Amino acid sequence: MRKVIGIIFLGVIIWGLVLSLSQVPFGKDKMEVGRRYLKRGTEETGAANIVTSVVVTYRGFDTLGEVTVLFIAALGLGAVLYTRRRSSERIEPSSLVLRTGCRFLFPLILLFGTYIFVHGHLTPGGGFQGGAIIASGFLLIYLGCPERRTQELRLGATESLGGLAFVVFGLLGLAVGGYFLTNFLPKGTFNSLISAGVIPLIYVAIGFKVGSELAGIMGNLMERTK
Amino acid sequence: MIFVALLVLLMFVGAVAAGAFRDLINAVIASALVSFTAAILFYFLQAPDVAMAEASIGAALTTAIFVVAIRRTRRYEE
Repeated sequence: MRKVIGIIFLGVIIWGLVLSLSQVPFGKDKMEVGRRYLKRGTEETGAANIVTSVVVTYRGFDTLGEVTVLFIAALGLGAVLYTRRRSSERIEPSSLVLRTGCRFLFPLILLFGTYIFVHGHLTPGGGFQGGAIIASGFLLIYLGCPERRTQELRLGATESLGGLAFVVFGLLGLAVGGYFLTNFLPKGTFNSLISAGVIPLIYVAIGFKVGSELAGIMGNLMERTK
Repeated sequence: MIFVALLVLLMFVGAVAAGAFRDLINAVIASALVSFTAAILFYFLQAPDVAMAEASIGAALTTAIFVVAIRRTRRYEE
């Protein structure tokens, strides 16, 4: 009986989807806004990467919400997994080859992640991608050198400063330009590292925030597996 | 074009395998394969930004979190 009801509901949902989607002519864009971003995006924001100009300026407020969602997720995970550290726990050190390899690769991964979020307005990538790469570097350390611990307090401080910097840049835009997250700095020469005004600064803040947040999540999980 | 079709096929196989495996570690690796193929597909569909996010978060971090979670619970599905 329940299966029959489920199938009927599924049929109704599919019917509704077909009904609403058949109104849209195939292959035509109904939205003017995408074309406008493509046409005017580079001159309005000064960023060579149009995806970045949409994420940080046109849809900057959405990005702030996205960052907040990530923050709340990390907070919830920390609250669920929080335990007092047992100091008597002895951690077995890993082999010399693994340890040396991790120590060699870790700064390179950090450098790569930093490159990605610093060049977010010029090349593909940005704060979220660079932050995730940095967090994967921390994951390598957690797996390869289990005796090395990151200091959670510093991770938390970095995360909070990143989030705070984002909001402060937004409020500065409100004070100077009249809108939240206005690009109030000069745009500079197109396609150079110091250009596009406030965009690279915001992306650096997001990169630090996302990187420390994801690294904190990994750290929390790893602590509890021991 | 054939390459893209092969990638989609690989993605499909990975998705089916992720559902079918009883061993959850294998299932997680299969779903990582789906993410990784999706990242390559995004790159060929000219969305390098999304491809990078998918490869670093979908294929690397999510897989690691799942593996850690499975290590703390049971490995085999009953």
